[in-house]
Amino acid sequence: MIIAHLGPLAASIFSLIAIVSLLLSFVMLGSRWLRHYLYAFAAQSWLIAILSASVGYYANFPELYLIAILTFLFRGLLLPYLLLRIVRRLSVPRELHEILRPSSSLVVGALGVVFALAVAHNISAELNLAGTIVVLALTVMLSMKLIGFLILAARQEAVSQILGLLILENGIFLGSQILVPGMPLLLEVVILFDLLIVVACFGVLVRYLMAHAGTTSSRDLRRLVG
Amino acid sequence: MLALALITVLAPAAAILLIGVTRHPRLAAFLNLAAAVVSFLAALPLPVLTTMRGPHLFWSGSIIVDRLGAWVQLCTSIVYLLSSIYAVGYMRMLDEEARLPRFYALFAGFGLTTLVGPMMNNPGLYWIAIELTTLVSTFLVAFERAPEAIEAGWKYIIVVSGGISLALLGTVLSYWNGSFVLGPRYDMTWASLARAAPHTDPMLALLSFLLVLIGFGTKVGLAPMHTWLPDAHSEGPAPVSAMLSGALLNTAMIGIVRYLALADQAGVGRISHSVLIALGVFSLFVAALFIVRQEGIKRLMAYSSVEHMGVIALGFGFGGPFGIAGALYHMMNHSLNKSLMFFGAGNVMRSYGTKEISHIGGVGLRFPVMGALWLAGAVAITGAPPFGLFQAEFSTLRGGLATGHVLPVLIMVVLLIVIFIGFLNHFRVMYYESSIAPAAEAGALSVWCTVPMWCALAPLLVLGLWWPEAIWNYFGTIAHVLGGAR
Repeated sequence: MIIAHLGPLAASIFSLIAIVSLLLSFVMLGSRWLRHYLYAFAAQSWLIAILSASVGYYANFPELYLIAILTFLFRGLLLPYLLLRIVRRLSVPRELHEILRPSSSLVVGALGVVFALAVAHNISAELNLAGTIVVLALTVMLSMKLIGFLILAARQEAVSQILGLLILENGIFLGSQILVPGMPLLLEVVILFDLLIVVACFGVLVRYLMAHAGTTSSRDLRRLVG
Repeated sequence: MLALALITVLAPAAAILLIGVTRHPRLAAFLNLAAAVVSFLAALPLPVLTTMRGPHLFWSGSIIVDRLGAWVQLCTSIVYLLSSIYAVGYMRMLDEEARLPRFYALFAGFGLTTLVGPMMNNPGLYWIAIELTTLVSTFLVAFERAPEAIEAGWKYIIVVSGGISLALLGTVLSYWNGSFVLGPRYDMTWASLARAAPHTDPMLALLSFLLVLIGFGTKVGLAPMHTWLPDAHSEGPAPVSAMLSGALLNTAMIGIVRYLALADQAGVGRISHSVLIALGVFSLFVAALFIVRQEGIKRLMAYSSVEHMGVIALGFGFGGPFGIAGALYHMMNHSLNKSLMFFGAGNVMRSYGTKEISHIGGVGLRFPVMGALWLAGAVAITGAPPFGLFQAEFSTLRGGLATGHVLPVLIMVVLLIVIFIGFLNHFRVMYYESSIAPAAEAGALSVWCTVPMWCALAPLLVLGLWWPEAIWNYFGTIAHVLGGAR
């Protein structure tokens, strides 16, 4: 494992980026303005791009520079722009009926992080990697998963749900840059494009939702039961 | 062999292009149909070729044509063919002439992505293929643009994308696990992961298997991750429902099966199999509850899909030659049978103009031939002899007993009986409770709507009466490769 045995400088840079990204997902949890979600998501994507570049530099995986550029362009600029357009067109600037208030969801999110830390700690102890960056990477990866699912469950605006999904994938991206930087390049490039398609699809679906169901809140989607 | 495998995929791709160029509704239907015929003809000899020449890798190991994949491709291409035939007749009833080219392009795209999945030798690319099936089929589910259809499409894409991201996490973790053995940079294939598996960390292997199981299990429709399935299956046009149920679910199941083999190799097979069995039993349980009290005709079929995916999961969970053979045989029979059921449901829904079981009556009187086919299909899908699913379920039960899973087998039998009674009771209401007089104008169904039902029922009967030894041996080899001889 190369990454686990890096110098202290590299390790602290990676840790810093990972922790700030985690904090940014708490920003999304704690806000009810859709626009803030978007800015936090964009900032998180930029951080991931920086992370890719620095992993590429320190661990000597030059292909990660390409990933960094693509991440910055697609996830950092294009996706937030597309989503911003959706938000503008919908004229729904904020969550109206949240199931969990932002303050309560912050607490639940924090519990999620504790749980993720416990899992990450066990795994890395099993692999004799306790005390390395691996623990942090796993924690951030798993807790961003949990936070993403929390947003999916507790928020009802269409755009928030799209962002919930994007956080799920951001977590995987962030973790995999640190854990498996050598994962085949093709795969990561395709996943980036894939995301773009996802958001394009969502854009169309949101338009449908507006036009035919008359709302973009999943609260009102409850005809199909049983 | 490569040529054939590629033709199965290239035919729908060509159809998409041509439909995009011509944009003519009638022509689009036949282009899609032609693509389906070509890809069926190309998929047909694949199992034979893989038997004769063994599994093959192509394009520096990115494409795999093995027995398991070839079998699933065959099942998929059959459903694609049947539902393409059916679509010609069904889509004319919808009165959406202008949007038909788009429908058929998407439909061919759906066929394409489901056929690509089993060929992927790279678990990551397989994941992408599955993700693409979701994106394409969402628009097919929401095609009719009623508020319910939009709701179903939205639920479908949110639930499945969320679930499948867990599978991506599992994929990343299993690559990471392998990197302790094979070094930080290696080719990601099923074979390389299997090579690394015996030396990897069991706990991490178990974690990644569970994540993958939940992830692809969402796509397969195993309870409790099945919530999108009844909505999507009931709101899409009938040919789409048939594809979702008969083709897509199998394609997603193959991922679980391949990861299960990896978990076996990593020494966590016992617990992985138990979890799969538990999910299978729970799916049967949930399906039984909802089938008994169901009111919507296509939702009934959808819950029956949950049931059958549960049975397939049980077959692979039991393992052993009988369990695996039962599950694979079940895939084929379920694909045929569920297509038949959705075609019948589509015909009935269009003729009576309702989705409610209670508003449908006297089907047998109004449609003597189609009604008889549909009723035979209903008997078959509940696992009654002399149809194929009986053989498959029987073999699964034998597999369960042979591997010592007595309790799950008992529960499975009880639930199957409950489902048998509940399911056929709805058909009794629709056929023999003639409180609802059949509507006066008996609009005749087009031939396109009944021919695929014949084409599905005939092989179902043959496979029920005669399980060819060649197929049995074919499954035996797959079971051996998957490490089923535990």
